[in-house]
Amino acid sequence: MTATTLPVLRPAPARGLAQRFADVLVLTGRNIVHIAREPLQLSDVTIQPVLFTLLFVYVFGSGVVLPGGGSYTDFAIAGLLALNLTTSAMGTAVGLSNDLNSGVIDRFRTLPMWKAAVLVGRSLADLSTAALCTLIVALTGLVIGWRPHASVLAVIGGFALFLLFAYALSWGCGCLGIVSKGPESAQGVGLVILFPLAIVSNGLVPTQRMPAVLRFIADWNPVSAVTAAARHLFGNPNPSATFSAWPMQHPVEASLLWSVALLLIFAPLATFLYRRRTTG
Amino acid sequence: MSSLMIEAEGLTKSYGSTKALAGIDLQVPAGAILGALGPNGAGKTTALRILTTLSHPDAGWARVAGHDVVKEAAAVQRNIGVTAQDATVDEILTGRQNLVMIGRLSGLRRGEAKARAAGLLGQFDLTDAADRMLKEYSGGMRRRLDLAAGLVTRPPVLFLDEPTTGLDPASRLRMWNVIRELVAGGVTLLLTTQYLDEADELADRIVVIDHGHVIAEGTPAELKTQTGGARLEVTLTEANPAASEALEPFASGPVHLSQDGRRLRAPVRTGGGLASTVVRALDAAGITVDDVEVHQPSLDDVFFALTGRPAELAGDHGDHDLEVARS
Repeated sequence: MTATTLPVLRPAPARGLAQRFADVLVLTGRNIVHIAREPLQLSDVTIQPVLFTLLFVYVFGSGVVLPGGGSYTDFAIAGLLALNLTTSAMGTAVGLSNDLNSGVIDRFRTLPMWKAAVLVGRSLADLSTAALCTLIVALTGLVIGWRPHASVLAVIGGFALFLLFAYALSWGCGCLGIVSKGPESAQGVGLVILFPLAIVSNGLVPTQRMPAVLRFIADWNPVSAVTAAARHLFGNPNPSATFSAWPMQHPVEASLLWSVALLLIFAPLATFLYRRRTTG
Repeated sequence: MSSLMIEAEGLTKSYGSTKALAGIDLQVPAGAILGALGPNGAGKTTALRILTTLSHPDAGWARVAGHDVVKEAAAVQRNIGVTAQDATVDEILTGRQNLVMIGRLSGLRRGEAKARAAGLLGQFDLTDAADRMLKEYSGGMRRRLDLAAGLVTRPPVLFLDEPTTGLDPASRLRMWNVIRELVAGGVTLLLTTQYLDEADELADRIVVIDHGHVIAEGTPAELKTQTGGARLEVTLTEANPAASEALEPFASGPVHLSQDGRRLRAPVRTGGGLASTVVRALDAAGITVDDVEVHQPSLDDVFFALTGRPAELAGDHGDHDLEVARS
């Protein structure tokens, strides 16, 4: 240290609304750097989607006959988007839990920043990885023969519904990350919740021949709503369209309602839980 | 705003049935360094967490830079820099990314934050490691980065929680120099430490904390005189039974004689010219002297006098404070 660089004493400036956005941006960037440097987390949204897509299309595709006909590949891509986005939402729980169990959260808490930026920055970083995951599934799909039969706008709408749903789900997983003891338990509990959610749906197999109870669950599962909505918008085979359950008759509306409802419940809940965990 | 930069009265904090703070008062004037000294689990870290807005007191109040730590936490946060005991930096980011992030989150513009980060990395000899991930830093480098992180906004008040715990002696001396230069720049500093020599070396005033109470307070010199004087040790050229008697006027307690009768030890009240007075008195009695030493009491002696236990052992009964505070 040299004498010329001794500190000039001044308090940090007071913060406005613009600074909140800056805080969110800074933390979003920080979380993206984390994901890029953690090979396991990155492979969840890069390698795993390719693997799942190939495995399901070639292994299941050979055995599944769609009621009403159509190609399994065309049917499966929306389901695979749902499966990958739902399971990768766990990244939010694990990431947040990692932060809460490290010293860096105390640093954030002593800075004059917008405290909720920790949560918003996390959710936006995970939204960007969800977008990457979506892109990779779509590209893999295109390579193996998936074709949307709809306008560009409708296809974009389908992707947008998926991303909105993934974003809402990540706030739910955020709550899980905040209440869990550590990243391992967050991952464990997350898997138990998210995997059935992704599988007991119309995502990978037509639900026509499911037992009544399972089919009821599948019909009302938000994952089914968003998958059916995307199939509808992509112009891909959508066997659930013949069901009388309201979400299957109105999948776009149902998936929007589900996503908004999840956000309205989990975003305030996560903020409350985070504040409770970090005050005392 | 009062001239006190850090002010606390009657702070208490319990974790379950453990009373971490049992009513602590603190006053630190602007530009001063207060050393909070105590063993593990004494309550130092709990007090620091309250002053840095990380934790709320059960009772009592505290103001930092004139702002209440509970009701005006954001205003306090704009005035403080904190270096906690464990690294509170991001392991996955590089040193530079950490400092830029902290600058941005403290309200600096991107350009300002980058320039400030580069300056601090240079100041703390971390320029070569600036673009390496924190994971690859040594303990000493990490501690320096953590201190740099607390200085990004050039805050008027700094809190350092055991800044040299776990450092090797060379890194420790280096950290001391950094802290001295900071203080020369006018920062108000509250420093916690378990190292008695560290408090003696760096602090203007010391509070000794034990079991959540302040058990003594003063300048290092005041504490030493308050809790027992110096120790006189005389080595004679040859044993002389008259020596004990000659030393008695100076002693504040019994004079102890070694087995060979050549070495004498006695507690004394410190005063100017004590050694020469002693030599003259012995000389007048016809006693020749090889060596005279007046030992000033160390803070170890102070701690022992105050608590009846040596400071090193005191930690054994209560690590719970830190454990609980972090959970």
